[in-house]
Amino acid sequence: MIELSHIVKQFGDNVVLKDVSVSFAEGTVTALVGPSGGGKSTLLRCINLLEIPTSGRVTIGEEAIDFRPGVKVGWPAIQKLRRQTGMVFQNFQLFPHRTAIDNVAEGLVTVLKWPRERARARAMELLEKVGLAGKADAWPATLSGGQQQRVAIARALAPSPRVLLCDEPTSALDPELSGEVVEVLAQLAREGTTMVIATHDLRLASTIADEAIFLEAGVVVEKGRDLFSRPQRERTKRFVATLTQAPAEQAGSGI
Amino acid sequence: MPHWLQLMLDSLGPLLWAALVFTIPLTLLSFAFGLGLGLVAALVRLFGPRPLAAVVRFYVWIIRGTPLLVQLFLIFYGLPSVGILLDAFTAALIGFTLNIGAYTSEIIRAAISSVAKGQWEASFSIGMSWGQTMRRTILPQAARVAVPPLSNTFISLVKDTSLAAAITVPELFQAAQRIVATTYEPLILYILAALIYLAISSVLSALQTRLEARLDRYGGFMEARA
Repeated sequence: MIELSHIVKQFGDNVVLKDVSVSFAEGTVTALVGPSGGGKSTLLRCINLLEIPTSGRVTIGEEAIDFRPGVKVGWPAIQKLRRQTGMVFQNFQLFPHRTAIDNVAEGLVTVLKWPRERARARAMELLEKVGLAGKADAWPATLSGGQQQRVAIARALAPSPRVLLCDEPTSALDPELSGEVVEVLAQLAREGTTMVIATHDLRLASTIADEAIFLEAGVVVEKGRDLFSRPQRERTKRFVATLTQAPAEQAGSGI
Repeated sequence: MPHWLQLMLDSLGPLLWAALVFTIPLTLLSFAFGLGLGLVAALVRLFGPRPLAAVVRFYVWIIRGTPLLVQLFLIFYGLPSVGILLDAFTAALIGFTLNIGAYTSEIIRAAISSVAKGQWEASFSIGMSWGQTMRRTILPQAARVAVPPLSNTFISLVKDTSLAAAITVPELFQAAQRIVATTYEPLILYILAALIYLAISSVLSALQTRLEARLDRYGGFMEARA
């Protein structure tokens, strides 16, 4: 179980998350949706502590940390929690100076101190899983966006994290390339990988998420299993409507 | 054989010897120490506590704002007045190291800052510590950015070591001066000295090109250009 309770996140005077409590069961896929600036990315980043909550409690499995304003949490505690997570970023953030396979093996070698050969064998398995075994020795700069994101997924999965966090994993990709990433994530979902995905991508959210959480202005407006098909609240209905109409509208209102 | 060629050939041995024993060691040692100092100074300015960062800023300000020749004179001729007596080579080594440290700290600071913030986050997200991230993710990428300006500094240093002649280090240029004092052939001797400096710099430039090619093998710059 991954649990965030009473999470408040403030940047200066700007309160981005206002007492948010959510939990994610093992083996489930949750989509965080909502307008830009609504807090979904920040909430996601509070799970692996790339953002340190101003206050609240983060629990992953048996590990928990309580945050209070003005109290610094030590690095070892942060890392203990963080090492149970993997993260996929909007703009991939592969290490450009390492080949695909070395990107995937990096955490195993550097953090977990695996012997190089064993790490590369595990990395190769993961590259096969995301369909890129043939690109093992390619530099990231020579890969397409979709391929880079699939390597990034393999990198995040390498240390077998308890939860895979995805921050807008398809937003930097055109529909075709994002299709291949959605496919990989869907496969992981079928295998029972616990995932939390912040996304604007309705296709991604509706095809693989068991549950969706709608966040706006730092609060959870609504959550549910069929948020997209049967939104309850007026605000959620309006938001879902814009998502489904988006392609046509964007085509008309562009530039 | 014409007189000038004979003189050049006769002088080549002593000049090359001076280069080998003084100019090149002085260059390599002060660049190595200076680069280490520059890295520490850059890290302190970027990540260190404020008072320490202020000390570094002060150091860079002093070194960059005063002539290298004056710094060398201060160390070799000035410090004995307060009881610090250094031999000429050590004084030159300290002077050049401090100089290189100040200039390279700015280069390294800019190079580290140029690496995308997302690279830190990606490293943290796979559980890497700050030190591991710095060593394995940030510095290798910063190196590629830093190599051209660092090479500039390195090549300048080769030539600047001739200033050590003024504090009695018997390096390449001083060796030339000595021969001039007995032969009264300044034109020929100083041309020869210049040619030797040129040769050393050219070798370094060639090494720079190869190092850049190696650091750029992953094609990041091509992506940036596209």
